[in-house]
Amino acid sequence: MASLSVALDRSPLRMPSRTLLVIAILAVATGLVSLLALGFGAMVVPPGRVAALLVDAVMTGVDPMSTDALVILQIRLPRLLLGLLVGAALAVSGAIMQGLFRNPLADPGLVGVSSGAALAAAVTIVLGDTLLAPVFGKLPFAVLPVGAFGGGLVTTLALYLIATREGRTSIATMLLAGIALGALTGAFMGFLSFASDDRQLRDLTFWSLGSLGGATWTKVQAVAPLVLPVLLATPFLARGLNALTLGEAEAFHLGVPVQRVKAAAILLVAVAVGASVAAAGVIGFVGIVVPHVLRMAVGANHRLLLPASALLGAALLVAADIVARTVVAPAELPIGTLTAAIGAPFFLWLLLSRHRSAPA
Amino acid sequence: MPPACLSRRMLLCGTLALPFLPAASRAGGQRIVSVGGAVTEILYRLGREGDIVGVDSTSQYPGEALKTKPNVGYVRALGAEGILSLKPSLVIAVEGAGPPDVLRLVEGAGISVVKVPDEPSEEGVLRRIAIVSRAVGAEEVGARLVQEVRDGFATLAAARASITTPKRVLFILSLQNGRPLVGGRGTTADGILTLAGARNAGATLDGWKPLSEEGVIAARPDAVVMMSRHGGEAAPDPFALPAFSATPAARERALIVMDGLYLLGFGPRTPQAALDLLTALHPQALGKAAERG
Repeated sequence: MASLSVALDRSPLRMPSRTLLVIAILAVATGLVSLLALGFGAMVVPPGRVAALLVDAVMTGVDPMSTDALVILQIRLPRLLLGLLVGAALAVSGAIMQGLFRNPLADPGLVGVSSGAALAAAVTIVLGDTLLAPVFGKLPFAVLPVGAFGGGLVTTLALYLIATREGRTSIATMLLAGIALGALTGAFMGFLSFASDDRQLRDLTFWSLGSLGGATWTKVQAVAPLVLPVLLATPFLARGLNALTLGEAEAFHLGVPVQRVKAAAILLVAVAVGASVAAAGVIGFVGIVVPHVLRMAVGANHRLLLPASALLGAALLVAADIVARTVVAPAELPIGTLTAAIGAPFFLWLLLSRHRSAPA
Repeated sequence: MPPACLSRRMLLCGTLALPFLPAASRAGGQRIVSVGGAVTEILYRLGREGDIVGVDSTSQYPGEALKTKPNVGYVRALGAEGILSLKPSLVIAVEGAGPPDVLRLVEGAGISVVKVPDEPSEEGVLRRIAIVSRAVGAEEVGARLVQEVRDGFATLAAARASITTPKRVLFILSLQNGRPLVGGRGTTADGILTLAGARNAGATLDGWKPLSEEGVIAARPDAVVMMSRHGGEAAPDPFALPAFSATPAARERALIVMDGLYLLGFGPRTPQAALDLLTALHPQALGKAAERG
């Protein structure tokens, strides 16, 4: 019954105060984490100096070339923005995939979209210097995100087409096909790592570990236009996904343009995940845990779930990155290990406490 | 004579400033982040260890480097802010250090980044020493070190000339699940085997590649070289594997285990490492080499 009332909640004017409260709390949390990210790092910069530098940069628009300024404006700020974008993209994509496939286990990583994007990135790394060289010349930075984006799109589409028969998406088929596609890309990755030389092999490892290290303004500029559409489209998608919880036929009868919602969701997720993987490698766990935590905390209404996922995903990834770059400073930890290390115990605790309070 | 005056004044300034500088920056007045085991070794041999403010995690020799200096992480996974937090004036990195964007950011901060080429050969080692000593302004000590290493290579060449029948040697990087990962053409393993006067039995492969069981038999190695593990743990015995038991190496039980960085680092210790390997392969050459060395 709950899902029915959620699905029928179509009035854009009725925005419950609880929704606003949740969004506000998450927005404040994201803001605080962002401030921490700008203030903390291997390099000690006093908070007053950080604020002064940011004000300077905004007011005068020039980068003062001191080391402090460089660390804040050229290293921490682009890294923070990239973390926010990638975290938001992964969490929203996870929430959308789970809504679209009506399966709590759907996750860009689990169903092979990330691995498709990573495979395309790997192809670009390994074959870029040899087979693809006549096509791309000296391999500008743009080729990698474009390749990763294409890879993510192709795997997403393949998965959806395989799992959909006569307008109905089979959940079991989707999961099994996802595993099969994952194995297939794994096989290609294995072949590429065999064919690659020492240096390419290390670059491949870097991709599969995931890191926000080496974030530059160029990367932020490349990723932002690919991630923002999925964030902006969330109100449109939320309504469709809410209706889809009842089933595709039912959603259609409610007046939801089912096919358009599906196509938009798939395209936007592939774009966002492809861009994220291209810029930061494969970062697991954010896409599956964040939507679930929020579903337990605030319910399954996508109108709240999608923006809340974006905010919490952004905050979680930036928080994990703060730990990644400070705990073993001046060295860095791979961020994927941290998102799992922070997220998994919390998720388990949430599952257990829910189980205890409301025995099924 | 203006240049002399200038240099004398600079010297004077330097001398005056000396008591006010932290002890670590006295030797050459630089703050160096050293990325790559061979780079760190060369800096220590140049007597510039006092200038090093950070090393990467592959700088395992001398052992005190990682114990006394901050670790900036693995050579391929450096962090820009971590490096900048050490306030370096110079970053010396082996070719292939990165990620490239991180080194670009460091360069953008006005810190010179010197790349040291990665050629596993005699000339490669000498070029590395020359580049590092020029970067830290230690040309004189550097020239002496180059000469010393060149002499080492000459001794090695003489020992190599005394080999009548070169041995076929397989270099095994790891033996995971009984599958040997061997050094093929273009690897540092290939380089050190060549220097030691051996034939690389894995030269049919390009780079580090897993070798099949039949590939092992077809490679007919007379000896197997492996790297010792950290913590003195015994290396797994390749001759326990059926494929290896059919090789000439197994009949002679010719297994040589040596330190990985010593063998593959391609730094100042390389002539001695190659000579050690050569001596281990040809025990009868021991006497001659010792007389010369």
